[in-house]
Amino acid sequence: MKRKVFASLDEVVADIPDGVRIMFGGFGGAGFPNNLIQALVRKSVRNITAISNNCGTGEGELGLMFKQNQIRHVIASFPGPHSNYFQQRYAAREVTLELVPQGILCERMRAAAAGLQGFYTTVGVGTEVAEGKEERILSNQRCILEMPIHADYALIKAQKADELGNLTYRLAARNFNPIMAMAAKTTIVEVEEIVPVGSIDPEHVITPAIFVHRIVQAKGLHYAG
Amino acid sequence: MPDKPRLTREQIAQRAALELPDGAYVNLGWGIPNLIADYLPKGITVYFHSENGILGMGRRARPGEEDFDQVDAMKVPVTLIPGASFFHQADAHLMTRGGHLDVAVLGGFQVSEKGDLANWKIPGAKGSGGIGGAMDIAAGAKKLIVCMEHTTKEGAPKIVKHCTYPLTGLTCVDTIVTDLAVIDVKPEGLVVREIVSGWTVEELQRLTGAPLIASGRIPEISFV
Repeated sequence: MKRKVFASLDEVVADIPDGVRIMFGGFGGAGFPNNLIQALVRKSVRNITAISNNCGTGEGELGLMFKQNQIRHVIASFPGPHSNYFQQRYAAREVTLELVPQGILCERMRAAAAGLQGFYTTVGVGTEVAEGKEERILSNQRCILEMPIHADYALIKAQKADELGNLTYRLAARNFNPIMAMAAKTTIVEVEEIVPVGSIDPEHVITPAIFVHRIVQAKGLHYAG
Repeated sequence: MPDKPRLTREQIAQRAALELPDGAYVNLGWGIPNLIADYLPKGITVYFHSENGILGMGRRARPGEEDFDQVDAMKVPVTLIPGASFFHQADAHLMTRGGHLDVAVLGGFQVSEKGDLANWKIPGAKGSGGIGGAMDIAAGAKKLIVCMEHTTKEGAPKIVKHCTYPLTGLTCVDTIVTDLAVIDVKPEGLVVREIVSGWTVEELQRLTGAPLIASGRIPEISFV
C-alpha cells in the first residue's frame, strides 16, 4: 500500500508544478497550512490560481506568496484588512480576483467534490457577483447559476491524522479545511500529530482518509493581525 | 437639528439587543452589531453563530485565556457557553443561507425603502473590497436587522429610495435600528416604530431619503 506520510514539508510539495490551481484552508488566523505555504515559497512555484477565503495577513498565510508574486489569480471571499501584499499586486494588476460570497465559495467547492455540475441560488442576485451568470426564476425567486470550483491541490491544516489520512480538527480551526479536502485532486495535510491507524475513534473522524493523499507533521504557525 | 442628541454606537447596539428573542440563534456582523452581545437583557440566552463554524459563542476571551483556534469572524478569541458546537464553514453558511438562523444583524452603508442592503463596498474606495458572509446571511436569515447611523458623516441619508452603493442583497432587510429611530421595512413602506427623544417625525423625514410612514404618536426609543 502506498504510504501517505512524507518525511518533510519540502518533499510533500516537491512535485507541485507552476500554473496549477490550489485551495488553501484557514479562516480568521486559524487552520491555515502555514508550513505548507512556506514550503511553496521556498520552492518558488509561479502562476498559481489560489482559492482561499482571504489573501494573507501581512507576510503570514498567503501574504508571502503575494509578496513573492507567485499567485496570478485568486478566488476569495474576503481578502482582508491586512492583505497588504495582495492589495499591492491587485492595484498593480499583477493579480486578478474573483470575489465570491463565503457560503457560495463553500458550496461551489462542495459541488466539485460531489460531482455536481452547478447549482442555483438566490445569494448575490442583483449584485456584482451576478454579472455574466445565468439567471432564472425558481419557486418564484430570482436565482443565479453558480458553477463548481475544482482544484489540482488542496493544502490544508488539521490537528491529527492517522497514517491512513483520517483527520480530526481543533476547535474553529476546522473552517474550510474539510471542504477543500474533498474538492481537490490531491489533498496535502499538515498536522500537529500523526498517530497509528486505528487510534482515532471512527466516530470522531471528521475527514475520512479517502480524501487525503499526503500527510506531513509540522508544528502549527499562527500569525497575529 | 445637528445639536439634538443622537444615540451612540453602543446605544444603537443596546436597542438592537432588545430585538433578540430568548433562545434565538443569532449572527452578528462587523461594526455596531458586534457590540450587541454586551447588551443582552438579563435572563435572555442567545446562541451566537460565527461563520467560521461556531454556535454558542460566549464573551470575548480574557488575557491569558485566549486560544487562537477559537476565534470569532473578526479573529477575536472567544469563549463558549454550555451547549456550544463546532462545524465546518459549509455547514456554518448552510445555517445562514438555509433559513436556520432566527436573527442576523448586519452593519449597513445604505438600505432602500424596499429593504435592499448595500454594506460591503464604498464606491471609489481603494482596494479589492470583500464580501465575506454578508450576501449569504442577507439572503437567508429569517429576520435581518441592520444597525447603522441614520446619515453619513457628510449628513447624507443612508436610508434611500434606491441604493447607489454596490448591493449585498435585494429586499432582505426587515428592521433598521439607527441613531435616530427604529424603522420596520413593510410591504407598504418604511414604518417608524420608535424615535429618539426630542426628535419629530418631520425632522427624521428630512434626514431620510425615502418616505416614512408614521401613524399616531411614535413612542420614544426605550432600552427596556
